[in-house]
Amino acid sequence: MPGPFQYCVWFLCTLLEVSVVVCSIAKGSFRRYLSLNVYMFAACFVNIARFKILLTYGYLSPEYGYFYYYSDLLLTIGLYCALMGLYSRVFEEMGAGQYVRLGAVLLLLGTAGFSFAIVQQSSSRLLGHFVLDSRAMGHLVLEASQNLYFVGLVLTYVLWGAMLKLRETRTRLIQLVLALGLYFSVFAASYAFRNLSTGMRNDIWPYFIPISGCLLPLAWAYAFWRIPEDARLVPSRLAVVPR
Amino acid sequence: MMAGVIFIFSAAALLQFFISYCRSLIAASSKQALSAEVKDVTGIQRLASGDDFKRVMQLLQLCPERPEDRNSVQAIGAYFSFLNFLRSTVARFIPSMQDWTESERGHCAYFAAVALERRISFSRDMLAQQMDA
Repeated sequence: MPGPFQYCVWFLCTLLEVSVVVCSIAKGSFRRYLSLNVYMFAACFVNIARFKILLTYGYLSPEYGYFYYYSDLLLTIGLYCALMGLYSRVFEEMGAGQYVRLGAVLLLLGTAGFSFAIVQQSSSRLLGHFVLDSRAMGHLVLEASQNLYFVGLVLTYVLWGAMLKLRETRTRLIQLVLALGLYFSVFAASYAFRNLSTGMRNDIWPYFIPISGCLLPLAWAYAFWRIPEDARLVPSRLAVVPR
Repeated sequence: MMAGVIFIFSAAALLQFFISYCRSLIAASSKQALSAEVKDVTGIQRLASGDDFKRVMQLLQLCPERPEDRNSVQAIGAYFSFLNFLRSTVARFIPSMQDWTESERGHCAYFAAVALERRISFSRDMLAQQMDA
């Protein structure tokens, strides 16, 4: 059952998600970064719906469990769409929008297929041992989430590499992509760590994940509010290895 | 095995994104020139050194907080601690890394000085508003 701390962070996260959309509208960037804003709006809606279901059915109810994991999956797909929106912003001057959209569809199908294969493989392994209890299902969800976040991380990494190569100078776009990279890497690393430490007692986990969830809306709200659309910087200065 | 590989790659990417993100925050402020007043207060004349950071942060904490820059100051504070950690461990054995961490620490101090400048003008605006009221 979530404690007062988790409720506070949950509320803060929802507030930050709303603030991303508000800042974006206030700065006239809503349509320019439509996929990002739609994702934030959806995340906010999901948070409210989760809270409603939690109040109605309870934390340990199957209704809450199913809604939590299905909505998480849909949000991850939404985040891929937001990432594709950033890809098309980076490649828009090259007229590669059509290819990016095609790539996005293929990627989404590929990721879905990959996740399905993992789930099927694990399910058959588990069913072979006639064990499919809640702990096994939890492990399955952990593994699938870890892989989905990892694919997102790889894609963001590729986009960041392309931005450095193309000498992208738009500060706001750079910050949006870097914040997304941070978010994906934090989640992929923490899910992988949790997967590695299955069975070990972990007291940090219930605090770490909700706080990490606030990172992305916080950084995006900052980018929309503080960084003007026409702000520019030299991208080579941002690379860890000097170019 | 798979989880281990993902963990190592993700941790490395996290480090890289974190450094780049902090640098992007710093780069946005590096173009801003400091006023003569802030130069006097902080002792930073042209180039800031890493040793100035602690002092500038103390001055920064004396000013009323601006909600807009709270998160970026915290992020740069974390980045500075990370650089200190690198400086006292890995950089001891790699001289080029020693130079790099020192230059980055100086950029962090300059970022803090720019934040101080903004907070001072924010405080002045608030005071002026109160006087008008």
